[in-house]
Amino acid sequence: MEELLREYLPILVFLGIAAVVAAGALAGSLILAPQRPDPEKDSAYECGFEAFDDARAKFQVRFYLVAILFIIFDLEVAFLFPWALSLGNIGVFGFWSMMVFLAVLTIGFVYEWKKGALEWE
Amino acid sequence: MAELWSGTLWPLIIIVAQILLIVLPLLGAVAYLTYAERKVIGAMQMRRGPNVVGPFGLFQPIADGVKLMLKETIIPTGADRPVFILAPMLTFILALIGWAVIPFDSGWVLADINVGVLYLLAISGLGVYGIIMAGWASNSRYALLGGLRSAAQMVSYEISMGLIIISVLVTAGTLNLSEIVEAQGNGMWYFIPHFPMFVIFIVSILAETNRAPFDLPEAEAELVSGYNVEYSAMTFALFFLGEYANMILMSAIAVVLFLGGWLPPVDVAPFTWIPGIIWFALKICLILFIFLWARATFPRYRYDQLMRLGWKVFLPVSLVWVVLTAGVLMAFDALPA
Amino acid sequence: MIHALTFYLFATVGVVAALMVVTSRNPVHSVLWLILAFFNGAGLFVLMGAEFLAMLVVVVYVGAVAVLFLFVVMMLDINMIGLREGLLRYLPIGAAIAIVLAVEVIALFMDWTMAPEAMSLRAAPVPDIAEVTNTEALGNLIYTRYVYLFQIAGLILFVAMVGAIVLTLRVNPQVRRQSIATQISRPKSEILAVEKVRSRGGI
Repeated sequence: MEELLREYLPILVFLGIAAVVAAGALAGSLILAPQRPDPEKDSAYECGFEAFDDARAKFQVRFYLVAILFIIFDLEVAFLFPWALSLGNIGVFGFWSMMVFLAVLTIGFVYEWKKGALEWE
Repeated sequence: MAELWSGTLWPLIIIVAQILLIVLPLLGAVAYLTYAERKVIGAMQMRRGPNVVGPFGLFQPIADGVKLMLKETIIPTGADRPVFILAPMLTFILALIGWAVIPFDSGWVLADINVGVLYLLAISGLGVYGIIMAGWASNSRYALLGGLRSAAQMVSYEISMGLIIISVLVTAGTLNLSEIVEAQGNGMWYFIPHFPMFVIFIVSILAETNRAPFDLPEAEAELVSGYNVEYSAMTFALFFLGEYANMILMSAIAVVLFLGGWLPPVDVAPFTWIPGIIWFALKICLILFIFLWARATFPRYRYDQLMRLGWKVFLPVSLVWVVLTAGVLMAFDALPA
Repeated sequence: MIHALTFYLFATVGVVAALMVVTSRNPVHSVLWLILAFFNGAGLFVLMGAEFLAMLVVVVYVGAVAVLFLFVVMMLDINMIGLREGLLRYLPIGAAIAIVLAVEVIALFMDWTMAPEAMSLRAAPVPDIAEVTNTEALGNLIYTRYVYLFQIAGLILFVAMVGAIVLTLRVNPQVRRQSIATQISRPKSEILAVEKVRSRGGI
């Protein structure tokens, strides 16, 4: 148990050091460089137009669909990880159990392909 | 007191020293990767590339760094300031901490965790946030569009990356990166049996790091550089450094998974004299060269083609490959115990 | 000592992040705080020795679910001031439910005793982490002993996939799509005609 945690401590320290390096670089630049903001300079880039309104507009529902499909396939991959490691122990039954699981999801995949959900317009 | 020193502080100091030993050469490598990129693409287009600052332009990255350091940090009026500042920092931090689990040589690894592969997958999955946050916080249409596109793109290619990794895991039987390298010790590096997956993996990491020909988020012609259009000075530099450090990290992952990590190509005398870390670095350079070569060679993909490639080609092919690998190993009773 | 220190670090940051999820004014900030909370949860899992679970929390919750949340929140462009107005009206009901839940949980743990032989009766005892990594330990059970649950998980994912498509997919018939197969399989005769053009004659 303690051994396990010893392996993770460097990651935490690394996270801290990386954050310090990043913040240090930003702070250094803020101190060293001249800062002279003015309204024209600080306005959002719009190819020379005045910005009409807030840019955070609603966007296509497709992105949402991609995100959902991603969650589903990500979970599928998550189920595959332990399977890949213990395939030698769980034998033929474990292998076919995963094949059934994948077959069900493949039906879903074929469905979304036929429906055109994978096409981008 | 002595117990505290030897039990807690001294190991901490060693850890910090090791981390600096990774971070400083890495930042140097990133700086000179930008130089190499300009030189290599220059040579491919029969130009000279940077050649003014220092001999052969060797001080060019330093000059660029100093210039970015001394520029004004512009934060747009409509921007969400904390998120705007946080986004480049996040990208940079994530590109660094992935290196914690990479084995540079036999036993040369900062954190030899059991789930190294999953850790790397998690880190690369988090990379999306730097970009979405930047796109949203800038409050600029181009930035938002670029950020969204990039998020959808990275997410799509992550699945095929995950499935490819599964094929390697089935063959190696472990999630520990050092053990994956050692499993390739019999000379059968995994790019030989898994050659199609190796190719798909290389293409996927191009898409995952938003590199040409998949650099749509930055498409200059339509999105004027996408999510980082509003960034300047050090905030931009952090994105830039993060992106390049990420390229090197992804190359390192490819080397560990497919090209036998620190192992020499042939296990005979002249090759084994060279230390493992040199082999590791050479292999990373090879993959990085492919990155640069692709950028100099291919025109940019169109967005619908990109999504099609990820979802309709890579996903089914890599899934079938997982089943094939497992089935073949099962049939010949060759699974790692 | 480091163990305790990291525990309190993760626990404190986790609780603060969770509070910020509920209290921050901007929904996008809420999601970002939620990500931080997930992250600390993963840290706590590592402290308990459940490293596989910790990484899965980051991969699935932070890497996928929170991306979806962020998309939805950004897509809906929620007006928070409008939502705040409802706060006072629903506060009593919300508080009542919260109190009931809290009382139930407290009552449960006050009266919680574990039979001494319970640990030895477990169907699948946890193997020592030094011998079997917890990824393998899970793999040895999920696909064989818990095969029905595993298949049900697959069916749920299937339903989610179909449901998402039924709910969100709007195919616009006016969009012209690229069909690479038809492009490639067009015969030469359809697209190319070689004409003999007479000098000064035109076609």
